[in-house]
Amino acid sequence: MSIKLENVNYIYAQGTAYEKQALKDVTLEIQKGEFIGLAGHTGSGKSTLIQHLNGLEKATSGTITYDGQNIYDKNFDLDALRMKVGLTFQYPEYQLFEPTVFEDVCFGPKNQKLDKEEVEERAREALRLVGLSKEFYDKSPFQLSGGQKRRVAIAGVLAMNPDYLILDEPAAGLDPIGRTEILDQIKRLHEEKGIAVILVSHSMEDLANYVDRMIVMNHGEKVFDDKTKNVFAHYKELEWIGLSAPAVTYIMDELKQKGFPVSTDVIHMDDAEREILNVIKGGGQRS
Amino acid sequence: MSIIKIKDAIYEYFKRDENGEVMETVQAVAGVTIDIEQGEFVAILGHNGSGKSTLAKHLNAILKPTRGTIYVKEMDTREDRYLLDIRQTTGMVFQNPDNQIIGTVVEEDVAFGPENLGVPTKEIWDRVLKSLEAVNMTAYREQSPNKLSGGQKQRIAIAGVMAMEPECIVLDEPTAMLDPLGRKDVVEAITELNQKKKITIILITHNMDEVIGADKVYVMDHGKVVLKGTPREIFSDVETMKQYGLEVPAPTELAYRLKKAGLSIRTDILTKDELVEQLCQLN
Repeated sequence: MSIKLENVNYIYAQGTAYEKQALKDVTLEIQKGEFIGLAGHTGSGKSTLIQHLNGLEKATSGTITYDGQNIYDKNFDLDALRMKVGLTFQYPEYQLFEPTVFEDVCFGPKNQKLDKEEVEERAREALRLVGLSKEFYDKSPFQLSGGQKRRVAIAGVLAMNPDYLILDEPAAGLDPIGRTEILDQIKRLHEEKGIAVILVSHSMEDLANYVDRMIVMNHGEKVFDDKTKNVFAHYKELEWIGLSAPAVTYIMDELKQKGFPVSTDVIHMDDAEREILNVIKGGGQRS
Repeated sequence: MSIIKIKDAIYEYFKRDENGEVMETVQAVAGVTIDIEQGEFVAILGHNGSGKSTLAKHLNAILKPTRGTIYVKEMDTREDRYLLDIRQTTGMVFQNPDNQIIGTVVEEDVAFGPENLGVPTKEIWDRVLKSLEAVNMTAYREQSPNKLSGGQKQRIAIAGVMAMEPECIVLDEPTAMLDPLGRKDVVEAITELNQKKKITIILITHNMDEVIGADKVYVMDHGKVVLKGTPREIFSDVETMKQYGLEVPAPTELAYRLKKAGLSIRTDILTKDELVEQLCQLN
């Protein structure tokens, strides 16, 4: 079970003055059940890439297969693909439109032509997964806080029972508590349902704290695709392309330069704390 | 001299049910008193719904207080005759750059403000050039804004406000939608306007790293100012910050944790270098 891209190129406005190659020879595979981060500065090709994963954009050349089937085959059911690969855009709360939370979440499965009972069952399950209880069902989406609205939007995608969930900056604009809540919720979803999550984020801290594997895009090319820790070890290269490593990585790097025997591939606050305490309390000497 | 004086400001709105009956009265701003000095760099923090954006909208009379007063350079924001002068004194920049750009060419977009103020053509172009220079975007003056990155667009939005020659700029989460580089560019532009042009800056943000350079920080919660101080004073009290749903910069957090684990280390640390220096002294 996977989504596989092979040598995918995408050129938009081909033949006009605005012609631009947004994806260059991208090859990657996303297995079911993975938790992946996607990073890259604005205009690096991230958004174009995620829109290829469920067939919203069509590659200029190269192939994309879903479970071994070429999604550009004439007989391939793109509508079914879009149910399987759910996508929420940035600020998804602007896409809520039904009078109540519950009806909004029902919209997707209703369009899948399921019977009413099944639709409602899916909506209840999706709302449970994003942590919204019954008291929210009959509220207008506009009565909710920013973080709650966003969870309704994610529930709307979950109600279609996707195997893959792509989230474009789900925490943007939320305060620290809102961020942690929504990202924890997504993590739980991933663990409980085995849904593959592709998290697009500008926050290196969030990527360090949540994802197992990181894909980094720059000028339409895939420049890194590795375990999160390994990618952040290249923080100098990440800076060249407008990104960075988590703040703790820089602290550890500086300590190392001052002679502390600490490792520099630390990306979590907990690990940094433990290492520093070990060195100092354990009487580790600076060299 | 203070440029903005907020005195016991209260802003109330009504929540109504389906029949239009008032269900409850909400105080988004619940009695705020703040004096902002000319040339200061002030940051306002607070979780979503704490009232900080509502307060910001009072600073150029988009909203008017239900009770209490707000003076912008001695002008009472409740009096309509001051409206234009107030808006020329205090400019605003919002979160989403795409909602703030209207011109099809960068320099036209920046010229929009002064044009509407009736500034003579020659002076408009002077202002446009100066403003673009101030945010480091001169090279893009003849480009189309929709080809720019988020950080570049946001700097154009700031230039557009600059061109109206305000004495004060209020920025409501200007970096929330930007990538790390875009964030850095915008913060640098703001800092430079404050230091070189002596423009008063009021920055609302969730990103604690952007606050380190501020002169003063106000923390809001439930419509009230609950903490006030320098960034060092505010952030060194990690527990109180967490109580209000906020974070502290990573070096401060790490110092706090190490202290709790028994190291004798200062906790009023703001930067990586300060933390490393403290740890070097221990060892």
